[in-house]
Amino acid sequence: MGSLFKKLTRSQLAIPLFALFLIVIFNLIRDPEFFSIAIATNNDGNTVLTGNLISIFNGASAVAILSIGMTLITSSCKGQDISVAAMAAIAGSVFVSVLRSNEITIPVILLAFFLSCVVAALFSLFNGVLVAVFKIQPMIATLILFSAGRSIAYWINGGATPTVSSPLLTSIGGFIPGIPIPTPIIIMVVFLILITIVLRLTNLGLYTQVVGISERTAHMNGISPVRIKLIAFIISGVCVATAGCITVCRIGLINHETLLLDAEMDVILSVAIGGNALSGGKFNIYGSVIGAYIIQALTVTLYAMKVPSAAVKAYKAIVIIVIVVFSSPVVKDFVFRTYKKLFKKQAEKEVQAKAA
Amino acid sequence: MRAKRILALILAAVLALGLAACGSAQANKDKDGLIKVGIVNNPPSESGYRAANVADFENVFIEANGYKVSTFYSLKNDEQLNAAQQFITDGVDYLLISAAATDGWTNVLESAKKAGIKVFLFDRMMNVDEGLFEAAVISNMEAQGKMAVQWLLDQKLPEYNVVHIQGAMGSDAQIGRTKPLDEQFSNGTMKCVVQQTATWDEATAKQIVESVINSGEKFNVVYAENDGMAKGAVAALDEAGITHGANGDVIVIGFDFNKWALREVLAGNWNLDVQCSPFQAQKIHEMIQSLESGGKLSDKIVINEEKYLDAATIKQEDIDKYGIGD
Repeated sequence: MGSLFKKLTRSQLAIPLFALFLIVIFNLIRDPEFFSIAIATNNDGNTVLTGNLISIFNGASAVAILSIGMTLITSSCKGQDISVAAMAAIAGSVFVSVLRSNEITIPVILLAFFLSCVVAALFSLFNGVLVAVFKIQPMIATLILFSAGRSIAYWINGGATPTVSSPLLTSIGGFIPGIPIPTPIIIMVVFLILITIVLRLTNLGLYTQVVGISERTAHMNGISPVRIKLIAFIISGVCVATAGCITVCRIGLINHETLLLDAEMDVILSVAIGGNALSGGKFNIYGSVIGAYIIQALTVTLYAMKVPSAAVKAYKAIVIIVIVVFSSPVVKDFVFRTYKKLFKKQAEKEVQAKAA
Repeated sequence: MRAKRILALILAAVLALGLAACGSAQANKDKDGLIKVGIVNNPPSESGYRAANVADFENVFIEANGYKVSTFYSLKNDEQLNAAQQFITDGVDYLLISAAATDGWTNVLESAKKAGIKVFLFDRMMNVDEGLFEAAVISNMEAQGKMAVQWLLDQKLPEYNVVHIQGAMGSDAQIGRTKPLDEQFSNGTMKCVVQQTATWDEATAKQIVESVINSGEKFNVVYAENDGMAKGAVAALDEAGITHGANGDVIVIGFDFNKWALREVLAGNWNLDVQCSPFQAQKIHEMIQSLESGGKLSDKIVINEEKYLDAATIKQEDIDKYGIGD
């Protein structure tokens, strides 16, 4: 029992899992039906799963994917990329403009996605070069695209809010006929598996952490910090394109002003809630993904509670402050010591009782 | 000392007035007999609405209609102020302004008045004294909301259970389009199932409607404060297998008259779209003509006439004529 607790509190995932647990409990008390999943037939005639649980996983997929890239950047560069949402608008615009100039078929969609990946990776690489080569602080370097990104997206669209519609796109943003789980969830899972494989099969994860902990050490061991950082930005670019394209497919429309609006803040929060130090070094991708689900669960809970529009952000902020404070080393340490004291006293008492 | 100052002021005022009088008299009979107009607007890249707005002015204020036009676009108030000042120095006859921000215009408009330049405001109001401009042609967001609510009441549904998706809180469009519906909620003719802001974001609108569907509460109206959010809401309805539009269970209402949105109305997927008209040029053109022929303007604030199109009456011509974007 003691060692399990020790292991749990030491684990980076302890706080995010605990927070998720609390949100689940809170909702179950509020409404036992909250997480129930129902089977429905949608307007395209597919059998699909619906329910808040599905909504949470579905709605969080874009932020979850973005948080994977953000975790790598955070770890290696000791800072965050605040331009991911604006770049997603660019990637989405590229995706839409390719689709609009062709008849929409599977190869065209793949081509459009590939091109948007290339464009997003290039923009992300631009950030990466500023950060890794010119040693500009990440927040300052990415501020450029944060403010210019959506204008660039407008310029690509050349108009207001171009729409694209095709059953193929609906099956990317919604459901593939015959599969009852929303496609964005599937894409997210596949993405996570791919990243896991890459991190397991290569030294990328280890090297990224080394660069984040000490660039000097990395350098002395023959690891190029610049290269590792650039790789992190390229991976983040692919994440950005994927998130942008999913969001476009959901609605069948690109609005450069509102696509993934304010998502960069949610993404950075996911990384923080996931127990990753925003000052770089050790990281855990699953923590960030759980963080994204926590934020979405919170949002859906607030919608379900019918919190007034103007107050939603305030409520969200309060909960997040609590989570972040609880996961701070100071509080963690305090909880651990208190528990240790209690546990030890109990143990001593038991020993004393036995002796008596 | 003081008397001297007052004297100087009066002299300056007389001088300015005199100059202005000469200025306008000369300018009106420009070498080619054209009326000089300076337009200060936001850049067309701001939005689809703005692109249509700019195009409208480009179509109406042309040489064939007797105008010589200089235009300046900026999203920044200070740049707009400088440009307006420049137009005044250049001696235009009319200054048409859609301000980036509502404040800070008093000085510029005063110097325009002194120079005898007539000012029209379009699309956006300013925080200035009414005496400083001839007329303002603006949209009335609240009238748009009222139009939608009245249309809803005319449908004579047995009950109204409304999902209300709001725009960014505090924006003109949100306040205006929310108010008439709020009145219905408070006097009990309609029931508010949920009222939530999606900050104009399509994906957020979808999530809000999803959460209503998941809660199992009954609703038969989706009132989204712009077209994009209505599209997001419809995506959620489609996924849950809820029918919508002309022959569906749920009435869908959007705003702004995007062409793609009007096509949804034409196809019967949505029930109603309400116009937010970017077309103010014709009205200003008429007013300038009446001033030129010695007439007077009756109203300071002219509300841009706006309309709605519903699934029962919409025609393809309407989309071509009124729709914005593509």
